[in-house]
Amino acid sequence: MPQTQLETKNQELKTDLRDLAQDIVRRAMAGGATAAECVVREGDEFSTLVRLGQVETLKEAGSRSIGVRVFHGQRSASTYSSDFSRDALDRMLKSALELAKITSEDPFSGIPEPSQLGSLSGDLDLYFADVYSLPGEERINYARRAEKAALDYDPRIKNSEGGSFDAATGHKVLANSHGFVGEYRRSYCSVAAVPIAQSENGAMQRDYWFSVARNLGRLDSPEEVGKIAAQRTLRRLGGRKVKTAQVPIVLDPMVATSILGHIFEGINGDSVYRGASFLAGKLGEKIAGDHVTVIDDGTMVGGFGTSPFDGEGIPTRRTVVIEKGVLKSYLLNTYTAKKLGLQTTGNASRGLAGTPGIGPGNYFLQPGTKSPKEIIADIPEGLYVTEFLGHGANLVTGDYSRGASGLWISGGELTYPVEEITVAGNLKEMFFNISEIASDLEFRGAMACPTIRIDGLIVGGE
Amino acid sequence: MDKNRFFFQHYGLTEHDLERYLAAALSAGGEYADLYFEYLSSTSLMVDESMVKSASQGISAGCGVRVVVGERTGYAYTDDLSAERILHAARTAALIASGPSKTPVVGFQEKAARSLYPVTLPSVDAEITAKVELVMRGDASARAYDPRIKEVRASYSDELRNILVVGSDGTFAEDSQPLARMNVSCIAKTEGNSARGSSGGGGRVALDFFFGEKTPEYFAKEAARQAILQLDAREAPAGEMEVVLGPGWPGVLLHEAVGHGLEADFNRKQTSAFAGLIGKRVASEKCTVVDNGTMPWRRGSLNVDDEGQPTQNTVLIENGILKGYLSDKLSSRLMGMADTGNGRRESYEHIPMPRMTNTYMLAGQDDPEDIIRSVKHGVYAVNFGGGQVDITSGKFVFSASEAYLIENGHVTAPIKGATLIGNGPDVLTRVSMVGNDLKLDEGVGTCGKDGQAVPVGVGIPTLKVDRLTVGGTAKKDPGGFMQ
Repeated sequence: MPQTQLETKNQELKTDLRDLAQDIVRRAMAGGATAAECVVREGDEFSTLVRLGQVETLKEAGSRSIGVRVFHGQRSASTYSSDFSRDALDRMLKSALELAKITSEDPFSGIPEPSQLGSLSGDLDLYFADVYSLPGEERINYARRAEKAALDYDPRIKNSEGGSFDAATGHKVLANSHGFVGEYRRSYCSVAAVPIAQSENGAMQRDYWFSVARNLGRLDSPEEVGKIAAQRTLRRLGGRKVKTAQVPIVLDPMVATSILGHIFEGINGDSVYRGASFLAGKLGEKIAGDHVTVIDDGTMVGGFGTSPFDGEGIPTRRTVVIEKGVLKSYLLNTYTAKKLGLQTTGNASRGLAGTPGIGPGNYFLQPGTKSPKEIIADIPEGLYVTEFLGHGANLVTGDYSRGASGLWISGGELTYPVEEITVAGNLKEMFFNISEIASDLEFRGAMACPTIRIDGLIVGGE
Repeated sequence: MDKNRFFFQHYGLTEHDLERYLAAALSAGGEYADLYFEYLSSTSLMVDESMVKSASQGISAGCGVRVVVGERTGYAYTDDLSAERILHAARTAALIASGPSKTPVVGFQEKAARSLYPVTLPSVDAEITAKVELVMRGDASARAYDPRIKEVRASYSDELRNILVVGSDGTFAEDSQPLARMNVSCIAKTEGNSARGSSGGGGRVALDFFFGEKTPEYFAKEAARQAILQLDAREAPAGEMEVVLGPGWPGVLLHEAVGHGLEADFNRKQTSAFAGLIGKRVASEKCTVVDNGTMPWRRGSLNVDDEGQPTQNTVLIENGILKGYLSDKLSSRLMGMADTGNGRRESYEHIPMPRMTNTYMLAGQDDPEDIIRSVKHGVYAVNFGGGQVDITSGKFVFSASEAYLIENGHVTAPIKGATLIGNGPDVLTRVSMVGNDLKLDEGVGTCGKDGQAVPVGVGIPTLKVDRLTVGGTAKKDPGGFMQ
């Protein structure tokens, strides 16, 4: 394919979004709102998938959308549109103002106080135009190289769901009737491979690996990604079930992050004020083992969870969530903070519609000093989990039960692959039973966790 | 062509425009191109703490352009429906191919389509006050069920999706697809104990469905009942055992265990554990499984799929023998098989692929009570959360949210939620009894694949699976499970 043909420019969006957002807020106020907030988002994306050496899909596009939230005293409503024509924006405003009349008076509703609003200064290293700098053919080659490295790694890698390269940029503007207006851009690119290995009896296994970064320079080489994907896939071949048993389990960083995610669900203000979490009301109490320290930091330069302000225009910050096992802070937005008589932690997330939710900044478990290998070496018989299937966590009761696959630990070493098993326990105890935390913390998204060991779980098998 | 012509009326589109866009899409030598226009309006309401805390409405519109050459797909989209932007998208997608321009379509052909959801007033256009009444009634009813019900959230959402699909093969299809859903979730609390319950349903129905057939009280009582029941649930057993699945929503087993594995794209690429098994036994002879997109009012139904192809009732497994796959245009062309009308996408921003519609197992001969009586020690699972499958290894899970122990042929104590795990290609071979009580779910299913969510339906009669691994926490066997 000639390179020049793939060099298509992304759409230039010329509207001054900052002015637009402020204008919508002004018009909402003129229309009778007592407070208003407008969010405008635009973004573009490129993705390509190469399978067995051939380009399978190539996708490129840009889009934008606008949302407004209005208040009539303590009543609020929101509307949104992907159509930026004058007519469509008029309709969006009119229906928001009408809709706000049918919602309930909620004494805790409202936008933040003017004194709380603001934006981090300085370059947070969130946007790099270089994610689009590769010529079209080079982008495809990134995907192709990742897949090829996986296919070439071992003759048992016989098929593939492909190699991929993705890039995207986003631009977000937020304005409200207290005079706040802020905006930022973020970029992202990633390369991934999904090989399939086949054993002699014909059984197939699939796994994946990827690298993601805010700029191209920090992306791992496609060869490295393909090689790791192949290794992860091959080690699953010949998986078998094990007998039902209670043994120590070690979670690799990808699956350990999901445990950290359950803590997040449990301490987010929305579950807390509703009592929908067993961690509600536990502020100041011990909820996890002594060496468990969890941080949320929306200010880390270049982080995947970094932004200069949150979904309500509050500057992001660093919050110690759990310190040495003691719950120090919930993660809150303005509404849930008011409900609980606390201050927002700058964790508001804002979609186009609805009330703001709660999202993480860069949220992580403080790493320990041992290597994963040392942690495994201590275990006579146990399970090393590399994948969870399903969503069996209940934050109301703490009940936890998920499908799993991984490798059996015997005599302190990883031995044969295991699959079609379950891992079950209760999160209340699991957080206390995190008995080891490794040193291998690495961010592949807004949440990150090192390898951890948890004791006391039931592995369900034969 | 006397239908409402939504995009012609609202955006001034003409057949000539469509031909021009398709020509641009094929300008670099593509073999097939299509345009998917979408105009989606939606409403949602939520009651929490007996207050309507959130109300929102919105519009999203756009056009996706796809160009296919061999196994390659170029895709671009725009949310601006001006000729200039659509042409830009068409020329971008065109670049997947490189060659001389192909002659585009001459003369669109509109096929006669079904009318599976003939609502006169789409709920999205109905009075908002009626929808507020629904969520408030849901809240009140759940609270009235039992004083231990402490937290209630009731929500209602609806949408109307107008689509137009035109293809260079002459495809011309329009549809107007309503979808509405109501949900109630609640938390029951006692001194030192809590539990949750939730229930919901809907379909491609008008608002009156929730004032007649399935009222807010129906969903609220069901959610509250589950929460109260779970307060007394004991630990679930762990290990392999006999499992009886209740009728309806537990059909999510079929969706995960076999449905995804039978989507044609995975089989074309030979990445599914079911690849190459057509004509082979994959289930006990009591099992016949279909994917039926043609059921009136159902959440998973469509008059035409998102490639403009009429949906159909496709037999996947007949008396245990694998009969067919679910295909879209690309897979049917590359595999030389019929297009089953299963090409679906989340929105104009997404490339279509083979997806399920309403997937269910036909009723069998067994009396559900006999099925329970036949089990000495096992689990009776009647409600589920979600599920997941690895289509390559075939391993799938689904999470029971309401389940009971079966002891000596009798349903006894409720047990806590547990994950069930199995192997797709052989789980149906272990189905030894099939009830005569086929039921479809209430209309809550949303299926995710490659990051695209689409509404689906599932269903089964009461089923007995002779061996399935249950992921409980009980260390000691309450009834003889762990050997």
